[in-house]
Amino acid sequence: MTMSNARAGWTRRKFLTTTGAGIAASTLAAPMVWSQNIKDIVLRTTSGGTAATNALAQKAKEDTGITIQYTALDTDSVNSRVATQPNSYELAGLEYFSIKKLYPTGVLQPIDTKRIKYYDDIVPLFKTGKLNADSMEAQGTAPHTVNFVEDFESTDFASGETEWMTLIPTSYNADTLGIRTDMIDRKITSWADIMDPEFKGKSALVNIPSIGIMDAAMILEAMGEITYGDKGNMTRAEIDKTIEFLIRAKRDRHFRALWQSFDESINLMTSGEVVIQSMWSPAVAAVRSQGIPCVYQALNEGYRAWGGGTGIARHVTGLQLDAVYEYFNWYLSGWAGAYLNREGYYSAVLKTSKDYMTENEWGFWMEGKPATAPIVSPEGVKMEDVGAVRDGGSFEDRMGNIACWNSVMDEDRYMVMKWAEFATA
Amino acid sequence: MQPQAPKRPLFERLLPYMQIAPLALLLCFFLLIPLVMIVTVSFWNYNGFQVVPDIVLFNYTEMLGSATIWRTLFSTILFTLTTLAVTAALGFAIAYHIAFYVRTPLMRTVLFMACTIPFLTSNIIRMISWVPFLGRQGLINSMLMDIGLIDQPLDFLLYSRFAICLVYVYLFTLFMVTPLYNAMSRIDRSVIEAAIDAGATPVQIMFWVVLPLCKTGFAIGAVFVITVVMGDFVTVRIMGGGHSATTGYLILNQISLLQYPAACANAVMLLVVVMSAIGGLLRGVDIRKAL
Repeated sequence: MTMSNARAGWTRRKFLTTTGAGIAASTLAAPMVWSQNIKDIVLRTTSGGTAATNALAQKAKEDTGITIQYTALDTDSVNSRVATQPNSYELAGLEYFSIKKLYPTGVLQPIDTKRIKYYDDIVPLFKTGKLNADSMEAQGTAPHTVNFVEDFESTDFASGETEWMTLIPTSYNADTLGIRTDMIDRKITSWADIMDPEFKGKSALVNIPSIGIMDAAMILEAMGEITYGDKGNMTRAEIDKTIEFLIRAKRDRHFRALWQSFDESINLMTSGEVVIQSMWSPAVAAVRSQGIPCVYQALNEGYRAWGGGTGIARHVTGLQLDAVYEYFNWYLSGWAGAYLNREGYYSAVLKTSKDYMTENEWGFWMEGKPATAPIVSPEGVKMEDVGAVRDGGSFEDRMGNIACWNSVMDEDRYMVMKWAEFATA
Repeated sequence: MQPQAPKRPLFERLLPYMQIAPLALLLCFFLLIPLVMIVTVSFWNYNGFQVVPDIVLFNYTEMLGSATIWRTLFSTILFTLTTLAVTAALGFAIAYHIAFYVRTPLMRTVLFMACTIPFLTSNIIRMISWVPFLGRQGLINSMLMDIGLIDQPLDFLLYSRFAICLVYVYLFTLFMVTPLYNAMSRIDRSVIEAAIDAGATPVQIMFWVVLPLCKTGFAIGAVFVITVVMGDFVTVRIMGGGHSATTGYLILNQISLLQYPAACANAVMLLVVVMSAIGGLLRGVDIRKAL
């Protein structure tokens, strides 16, 4: 074994680049993890870019020795790369609605929950779909419906909790509309308010079909235009009606713009082009950090939620796979979770994150309590003053009030085609 | 064992092939092969996240039967024609000034270089810098409101067809200026003198002498402008704010939704349209004269 130890160092390098050699190396190195060997491991990760990625990679390197090499792409490009270039990454950061389509293509392998130290502490949203025993299940592609498969080989989703998970949940959030409080005089209480004639030419929608259609559904249902059977799985007739409405509003110039990237939504808001729009939590934070009053407004009809997780490429085996589990266990052990919570996302294992946050931080971010000291972002920028309360309140208030999850519908292709009609109308 | 004689002619016969080989290989790898792939994939099938090799026609039937596609193509052509008209007029004026009014060659060079200064930075940056200028609270609107000309900001300035055309003109006028300047500097001054001697008015000189001699300049400029505008998707996305679309933008959308075969079919259509536009143009004008 001492001989193969030296040899393993050589083969491992090769197997980082070539899958074929990886299989050979795994037979040599699989049974044991040498911490000094894990230091050599590089895990190429394809994911959507958030501010957290680099900081997390750096800390992971410090704590575990594993090098996480990020390629940050937009949601659609991540999906395309994960599906079409399965050997170009070891880890894939995906949204749950994407996994519904990606997992069946067989490019990922399931995660053995027995090897996840904090599995039992993962928020039940990802396991049973219920935050507490009495909370109702939301519409759409709820994470728990696509989070398990029957066995290692299966590419069909299991109906309940099993030992094999498709993604390790990393971050998730409840999304709503962002508003410029200094440019709107009245109270915004409903998704329908975005269509108020008062905001003609001053509103914006996100132009990513799977997310935009959900915002649209929340709006139309709130207006009483359509009552959907399931917003997350519309019929063709429902899609037609939704898109028809959107096109009319667009031709009417109700929307100032449609945005596709996070930065665009920030610019629209800070420049005052738009006063109410689809928005994501960190974008709201970015606008506020420029001293512009922007609120992530809680609305009567509830939130549109999304969840993201990390999956493992099929080709990962042996020592590299051990490193993946080591990394997952590190990720759920608190530091990363606290970091994400401080960014305004939520982490999968709240219990461990709590240990890495001050009482003030935990109270502000998770319990909806007024800040007792200034709230500072992980990058060190002051975000909120003493006394500030988080928009939408506590974790339970926000995640317990989800109307719909981001989704992939059965009529997805049709929806995307119709959405393109809206986008180009 | 032949003497060396036959060997040399072989080498000599191969020489021209070897000379064109680098270009031929380059074109083969970076033009021909990708093109063949695009055409091939345009016949493939796709579902959700997978592209399936196949021979199906529905990418084309779906495309040709879609009102969206035709409307988008129409607006792409409209953008192209507008840009072409404005850049040609503007380009001609600028090139004419530099070629005929500026006396010293040094000054000509300086002015010409000045035209290229904006190109020292990325065209996306140049494009985005228009946003704070044209926005609702942008420079133009606040200026017009300050002097009391308008009391509501003009919304059409940004996220509109106007904004898109404006940026096209801004970005691509130089593509017209350069070939036009080149054509004008080749005009033999004695031809103009002869026209004056023959009693031609300045207007007649412009229309009967200068303009015809600039034909190749216009043609080359038009080739650049047509290909660049028809293939554009960035300007439309950033300046259009989702209110306008071009075929290129449509293709980008399809690619991001993993509908590669549909995107390829659209690319083939765009290619056909662009090639026939340029083909038609070059039938009328022999641009080799200007090379």
